[in-house]
Amino acid sequence: MAAETMDTMELPDLIPERERQVLRKGDAQTAAVVDMECNKASVAGSVSQRACVFCGSRVVLYPISDAIHLVHGPIGCAAYTWDIRGALSSGPQLHRNSFSTDLREMDVIYGGEKKLEAALMELIAKHRPNAAFVYSTCIVGIIGDDVDAVCRRVSRATGIPVLPVNSEGFKGTKRDGYRAACDALFNLVGTEPTEGLGPYSINILGDFNLAGETWIIKEYLRKIGIDVVACMTGDARIQDIGRAHGAKLNLVQCSGSMIYLAQNMQKRYGIPFKRVSFFGIEDMAAALYETAQFFGAPELMDRARELVRGEIDGIMPELKRYREKLAGKKAAVYVGGAFKAFSLVRALRLLGMQTAVVGSQTGDKDDYRHLQEISDPGTIIVDDSNPLELARFCMEKNVDLFIGGVKERPIAYKMGIGFCDHNHERKEPLAGFVGMLNFAKEVYGSVCSPVWKLTPRCAERYVQRKEAVS
Amino acid sequence: MLDATPSTHSAREALRINPAKTCQPIGAMYAALGIHGCMPHSHGSQGCCAYHRSHLTRHHKEPVMATTSSFTEGASVFGGLANMTQALNNIFTIYNPEIVAVHTTCLSEVIGDDIPMMIRKAYDEKIIPEGKVVIHANTPSFVGSHITGFAGMVTSMVKHLPSRAGEKHGKVNIIPGFVDPSDMRELKRLAREMGVPAVMFPDTSDVLDLPQTGKYVMYPHGGVTLADMKTVSHSLGTIALGGFTSTPAALELESQYGVPATLLELPIGLGTTDLFIDALHKVGGVPVADSVAWERGRLLDVMTDMHQYFYGKRVAVAGDPDHVISLVQMLLELEMRPVYVITGSSAPRFEARVQQLLEGRVPEAVVKQNADLFDMHQWIKEAPVDLIVGNSYCKHIGRAENIPTVRFGFPILDRMGHRLFPTVGYMGAMRLIEKMLDAMLDKKDRECPEEFFELVQ
Repeated sequence: MAAETMDTMELPDLIPERERQVLRKGDAQTAAVVDMECNKASVAGSVSQRACVFCGSRVVLYPISDAIHLVHGPIGCAAYTWDIRGALSSGPQLHRNSFSTDLREMDVIYGGEKKLEAALMELIAKHRPNAAFVYSTCIVGIIGDDVDAVCRRVSRATGIPVLPVNSEGFKGTKRDGYRAACDALFNLVGTEPTEGLGPYSINILGDFNLAGETWIIKEYLRKIGIDVVACMTGDARIQDIGRAHGAKLNLVQCSGSMIYLAQNMQKRYGIPFKRVSFFGIEDMAAALYETAQFFGAPELMDRARELVRGEIDGIMPELKRYREKLAGKKAAVYVGGAFKAFSLVRALRLLGMQTAVVGSQTGDKDDYRHLQEISDPGTIIVDDSNPLELARFCMEKNVDLFIGGVKERPIAYKMGIGFCDHNHERKEPLAGFVGMLNFAKEVYGSVCSPVWKLTPRCAERYVQRKEAVS
Repeated sequence: MLDATPSTHSAREALRINPAKTCQPIGAMYAALGIHGCMPHSHGSQGCCAYHRSHLTRHHKEPVMATTSSFTEGASVFGGLANMTQALNNIFTIYNPEIVAVHTTCLSEVIGDDIPMMIRKAYDEKIIPEGKVVIHANTPSFVGSHITGFAGMVTSMVKHLPSRAGEKHGKVNIIPGFVDPSDMRELKRLAREMGVPAVMFPDTSDVLDLPQTGKYVMYPHGGVTLADMKTVSHSLGTIALGGFTSTPAALELESQYGVPATLLELPIGLGTTDLFIDALHKVGGVPVADSVAWERGRLLDVMTDMHQYFYGKRVAVAGDPDHVISLVQMLLELEMRPVYVITGSSAPRFEARVQQLLEGRVPEAVVKQNADLFDMHQWIKEAPVDLIVGNSYCKHIGRAENIPTVRFGFPILDRMGHRLFPTVGYMGAMRLIEKMLDAMLDKKDRECPEEFFELVQ
């Protein structure tokens, strides 16, 4: 066994159909950027880490805290998405409940429309929400419930927007779920008056206020002099979304989920959008500068510069200490959206770390081209991966850190690799400048934890190093 | 989060709020993981599989392997045969399991996929390699709950895996019910202490409670082996723990192969564990081991030492039917008052059994099957309790009403003990007693006036 790679023999090979979804970046001379296969349904029989259309819609709309989120279907879909996302609300906590029509056999036979209507009427009477979202699950699409008609009726009867979300699980991939959520949001945009909005007003799209991240970004913008009309959907309220068309600019982060809404808002309301990321110092600073520049007011730019300088000065000393400890360590990144992966590659580089494996569940061709451009030679780039592949790549590259979500965490730990949750279960805000510091802290806390010294993997490396020295 | 819960209970017909159950397939997936070398396969959209794996991972903090047929719109129109065939082909080619355990989803059930036909075809076309096995359970999400799905897959195991050939041997089958790997490990330990050679199925110990080895293993060393499953038809008898989860499989074994079934409730608490030990003694033909008798004695000692703190305490219990039925008996042994007792599953027998247990002892008790945590919260608002025992979702109620909450059952998403320490057997009862007492005394220590704050309890 070579010192720098672990034994990969015990794990099976790639599924042949997936060969074009995995790429190893060549060295600098031969590194032609190529198109990867992506955005296709997972191969039947693979252990995919991906979810479905419903999941995509549910994660995007979930943080809207003054709305009812009613899952129309059997109980599972509501049960598995109940309060699992740390999308914080500064006000109502209604979104954290689990509401379901709990469809049973008789409903499947005779249809679930009556039950849906009764459930909606009861919920709205009880909670007086500002809107209701109705998520269609797989079988609703098959048994043919006219969810749109029920939503229209209930909306008329109650006077609040009742929005159908066409999120039948099998009708595409998670990206299609984002799109269905964007459709629902787009129906809300433009329903409220826009009087009183300041000259420098923007929307944030694709930030979900995980661990309070939206609050950090909003505070930066406020200091610069920019108002946020609506954040979709972190800590969002229905009324704010209704006024979102009054903003001058849409900042789109997490491109996968919200770009479609941004495009639609541009078409209908002429609001331009910029793709940004709030992760890492460089991307966060760039997002603020671009926003300030957009309005062309020098005082905004001055304040942005001042803010960025102050924030960076504030975190740099501590960040450097972490960098010293982390320099030269290797990371594997497997996240939902590719845009996040770009930021993570850069953020890890800032910590002196190398990204040896990088992949996403929902990246498109352009995303993967960009990933190839920013990755180091030898980096493995992968679309829609599965645990075995990921384990294999981690062992091959002998990484020290895995960045992923709930299903990847125990795999990393089993192999003796540190882990950072950059998904729904993050406990600390990772966005913004303070987020970069939190990220460094979390990465350091895991990668350099003494527990790994006790694990067989490190024991082996220790022995190898000793042998190499002698 | 629960601000809007009204303080009086009202009946609902169409709406489920904060469920105390989930859907069938996850139970089938969990049961399948208890077979050595098994790949659970979800025949439906890929979201189902991802959700079940995530949910099981959150509970067990372990990697959970399962494959999916990845239904698309085409499959939902033309049927899932092509997906199933491709899936089985890929699974055996790439992941090389000993056995694939297929379960359905609401989608594949509604479109009417004929799973036995698909599997037969895969055997005929040699997609399933020689010596490999595929079993299945129908688990429509709109019928029953995760408990039904678990029972269905366990029944499928005894329908498909035992062999008629072979001779009687001296082993005893134990069907553990939908319990944690730590519980299964404990049940096997008790059998070992008693000197009873046992085959447990399913058995997720050493599958979902793995040691840190520095390696990620696709098929861990635990789980009932196919070789052992082949011979469960010739065991001395079957001890089935849990009427809802284990009885159907035990009766199937009895009717098909004449293996006598001993049907018990889950051994949670002293009395139900006594019955389990008694069954090991009778079916295994062995005397009760001294070590087990001493264990029982230690439990009894704890109960007598601490009974003053439990007497008369009002408890709300939510969970799966088998768990709750046994827990209620344990609470009664401690002279506690289980005043609200619910399960999310549709289980009329549950109500009858719990009412029978509470009759004459806790006349004010409300017992309800097919209930949810919103029901329970409203009742607690009407008349509060001293303790809540249930899964992690109960913590919302505990916080809203400032009531100590002990995690018990499935899922537990926010604590770790269940992975390591059992709730079954005498040891499990000791642990539950400790947890309940700690929770109640911690609250008292935190909140009572200084002059009543006691060092010695």
